[in-house]
Amino acid sequence: MNRTGNTAGIRRLGMMELKLYLREPSAFFFTLIFPLLLMLLFGSIWGNKPFPGKTFGYIDYSTASFISIVLLTACVMNLTVNIASYREKGILRRYMSTPLSPVSFLLAETGAILAITSMGVILLLIAGKFFFGMHFRGNLLEALAAFLLSCGAMAGLGFIPASLASSARSGTVAANVIYFPMLFLSGAMLPQDMLPGTLRTISEILPQTHVIRLMRDIWLGERLSDHPVEIAVLVGTLVVGTVFATRMFRWD
Amino acid sequence: MSDSVILAVNVRKKYGETTALDGLDLVVDRGEIFGIVGPNGAGKTTAMDCMAGMRRPDSGEIRTLGLDPTVDSQLLRRKVGLQQQESELPERIRVGEVFKLFRSLFGIDEPGMDLLEKVGLAEKTDAFFSELSGGQKRRLFVALAMVHDPELIMLDELTSGLDPKGRRDLWSLVKNSKGNGRTVVLSTHYMDEAQKLCDRVAIMDRGKVVALGTPDALVRKYCPGLRLRLGCGDDFRPEHAADLEGVLGVRVRDGTCVMDLEDAGAVVPVIRALSEKGTDLGDLHTEVPTLEDVFMAVTGKDYGESDG
Repeated sequence: MNRTGNTAGIRRLGMMELKLYLREPSAFFFTLIFPLLLMLLFGSIWGNKPFPGKTFGYIDYSTASFISIVLLTACVMNLTVNIASYREKGILRRYMSTPLSPVSFLLAETGAILAITSMGVILLLIAGKFFFGMHFRGNLLEALAAFLLSCGAMAGLGFIPASLASSARSGTVAANVIYFPMLFLSGAMLPQDMLPGTLRTISEILPQTHVIRLMRDIWLGERLSDHPVEIAVLVGTLVVGTVFATRMFRWD
Repeated sequence: MSDSVILAVNVRKKYGETTALDGLDLVVDRGEIFGIVGPNGAGKTTAMDCMAGMRRPDSGEIRTLGLDPTVDSQLLRRKVGLQQQESELPERIRVGEVFKLFRSLFGIDEPGMDLLEKVGLAEKTDAFFSELSGGQKRRLFVALAMVHDPELIMLDELTSGLDPKGRRDLWSLVKNSKGNGRTVVLSTHYMDEAQKLCDRVAIMDRGKVVALGTPDALVRKYCPGLRLRLGCGDDFRPEHAADLEGVLGVRVRDGTCVMDLEDAGAVVPVIRALSEKGTDLGDLHTEVPTLEDVFMAVTGKDYGESDG
């Protein structure tokens, strides 16, 4: 018997979760709006005029950071709190009595979260183009691949607190422990080279730092083949998170 | 033996210091409605969860549909339908949606909405889960336990918290779901429910089965007598009744006299004797002992007291 179960069931669960998100829009409002506000705020300060000696400006350089914040909020914060509150209410125990496996369940949840994430990214791209005349110089397919890999890595990271948190409250705490260091130390909010030595070292082990670097450099015209380290870190994060969930996921 | 659906031998389970199952033994036969009854905290839910593969016992052997639930829980889930006592769904999910979702989680494509009709929710397919009454939610959970046409249906605290009409509706649903070799195991702390609904019952107390059999056989075995109850005035003398042939005991409380009789044969002589002594027999009636009396006879505890 196939352990991951049937794809039709997983797909239906994912669609259902997406519908539930859309019926309760307040839950992900912040996910979509916060990165957009950051872009508008910093964009209005720095504009998108090319840096001296470069062909790109602040917005082109930072769009990857804003996208990474959407990913971070959706995959770590929303995923964890949603699953933890399902666990708290006993909804997960209902799913436990079906053949659905933990990883299939997380896959469906991630699918729904990624649909929300994509909306956030589209909003950012529209705003960047419309207000700041952003320029994409990379390879579209490779950018898409980098985005999907980043989604996978961030979801894998989110699987860890989402597998264990027993209530919405403890889920929020656990997600914050990951969320804030990643937000401030990965280069998403502050340029990484402004960080002092130790923090910079910490920054290098955060998956989000690699998400930003990979997506930014592809955006600015580099190729996937230029970034084996980032790709290895992100694939590793996805694998570790998934293996963790397979072993540790609790239905109640 | 080959026709047992569940076989549990000496099953133990502790949560920290609390012992939930303390050597549970029972056998459920194919095609019966089997009741697990007992006060809250007797271990009914833990027993159901262990048998359904939702919890792992500390020790003991269980075979459910021939499978070991600790090893083959995934396979077991396709054959068992479990309605859990404490269970919720997202508030904003519609009845029809959750029904189709569960069908597809079991790998079934057709919607099969006739089951919703059977549980009386056909008109509610577009309602949000949060809009359902307690009884409707329970009926939905029963339907969800049956979406994949399981061989074994397990219903934990089927009707607790429901009004009499809601309980009766669910009872007829359970009675109708038996058949085609399908087995129903239900737990309840309502003894009358078990007595009406179940072919056989296991009475649980403190994590063990203390009595097992058909409701009638249990009553005959542990409470063979009969009771007479009559209203009595202040002038009533209990010792008059206690001295009569066939009377085992007499209690008077709040203007009511209850007499335990040896058997049905004692009824007529006792009534005649009371009437000859001029006792007012205006509201006299006989009572047949129930499973609650069996519980008292077996455990020495009042059923109501140990509740909670």
